[in-house]
Amino acid sequence: MTGYDLVVVGGGPAGVAGALSAAQAGLRVALVDAGPRLGGQYFRHRAGSLPSGRGADRFVRQCRALRTRAELLLDHKVWAVEQGEDSVTVHVMAGQEERPFTLACRSLLIATGAHDRPLPFPGWDLPGVLTAGGAQALLKGEGVPAGRRVVVSGTGPFLLPVAAGLAKAGVSVAGVFEANGPLGLARHPLLAAGKAGEALGYGAALAGHRVPYRTRHAVVAAHGSSRVTHVTVARLDAEWRVLSSRTVECDAVAVGYGFVPQIDLAVQLGCATTHSADGSPVVDVDEGQRTSVASVYAAGEPTGVGGAELAELEGRTAGLTIAHDLASGEGGDPVPGVLRRRGERLRAFARALQEAYPVQPGWQDWLHDDTLVCRCEEVPVSRIREAMDLGATDARSIKLLARPGMGWCQGRICGYAVSCLAGERPQAPRRPIAQPITLGCLERIEDEQPH
Amino acid sequence: MSFEITVDGRPVPVVQGQSVGAALHAAGITSWRSTRREGRPRGLFCGIGVCFDCLVTVNGRESQRACLVPASPGDEVTTS
Repeated sequence: MTGYDLVVVGGGPAGVAGALSAAQAGLRVALVDAGPRLGGQYFRHRAGSLPSGRGADRFVRQCRALRTRAELLLDHKVWAVEQGEDSVTVHVMAGQEERPFTLACRSLLIATGAHDRPLPFPGWDLPGVLTAGGAQALLKGEGVPAGRRVVVSGTGPFLLPVAAGLAKAGVSVAGVFEANGPLGLARHPLLAAGKAGEALGYGAALAGHRVPYRTRHAVVAAHGSSRVTHVTVARLDAEWRVLSSRTVECDAVAVGYGFVPQIDLAVQLGCATTHSADGSPVVDVDEGQRTSVASVYAAGEPTGVGGAELAELEGRTAGLTIAHDLASGEGGDPVPGVLRRRGERLRAFARALQEAYPVQPGWQDWLHDDTLVCRCEEVPVSRIREAMDLGATDARSIKLLARPGMGWCQGRICGYAVSCLAGERPQAPRRPIAQPITLGCLERIEDEQPH
Repeated sequence: MSFEITVDGRPVPVVQGQSVGAALHAAGITSWRSTRREGRPRGLFCGIGVCFDCLVTVNGRESQRACLVPASPGDEVTTS
């Protein structure tokens, strides 16, 4: 048959490791990524530079090895995947001109990473308010700090590298406000997990730049007219209800409450999903990273947010399993025990972090009636509560009545918040089209021959 | 290496490899779109192509994600 043994979607730590281990086993591999460079979000770097940070040297070596062993399709967006009788079809748009074509492959590895999980608060749509990941991408990928005086807020260990990066870049970081964690930085869970170097490094960077780190605090409102000029920072109780508040001046805010795994492609193919400890729908995989659908594998954040080290390990595991399954039929366990045991340790650590940084319900009290929940369709919380009064009891009926999640982002940004307001766990997203595609582009597909 | 693009006719410097959105943000332009209901200003939010807040017209092509479009010398960006 024509096509590839394996197409990998995603060029971060999981995708690169998966593609490389499969290629080294002799498979014909293509790796597709929407970005102009390999790295994903974690190893995002500027044009003409190399990735930096923990594990970067190794990632760079893997990328070099991959270039000679696999086809790299960068600047290529995957908008849909379909399973045929003996192959998977990957629908791709190439480059800025968005030239449509398809790839056929015997196996598919979904390594599409995650995006920020923001929570709404009054003023969160003011320019200058960015997601924590957005501020990090701007700094690492573009060399542009989010502002001159930045407030970092939300929950989770990711706030630390964001704040440390900004401080090192000469930005005045007005404070890091962590909504959870009564323990403070000295007893941060990273320390308990043998990641002392990492945590102390961030701690030292923040201390060196005199950046205050406050737990049980959060930005609960942003103010300004055309751009954020100041924020309300509140001291919170354990459920995140406001105890007291003060004003902090700033020209940018970086805010994040964890991450949403990107599982659109897996859902398109009908892969079974489950929920991780942070409440996110994730792809259900076995020890070899096999999904419930034959020939389809997932690695990294789509199987549960666990960081770059675990993502790489899952990618390697997937690559080995795919080579094994193609050679001998599915089933069996080709994964060396040492990889499996390391995976178990890293997954336990990821779960502990997710449990240490939950989203508490008190954030819903931060909202005013006119606070937007859905930024795209400009749906305020009052309209969502109205829909619930009219009898909408789940996020889907709220969406049908009040339109949150029906705009450009298709609920990627507000989906978690709407589920929380509805009092349910977020459901796996159904998005038959994972990237916007023009009608003109769809029309041109027929002219293309599959590779 | 750096070059210029124009934003509504006004020159904005770009460092080679930067996206249109990053160049605008670096130049102090933090909003370049108004929402269609309430006319509220929008610029970068997620920075990685997920939220679609930063939509902009580049060389006449509408609804491009500014955070994803690489800037090229002479690009004409129009805001709404």
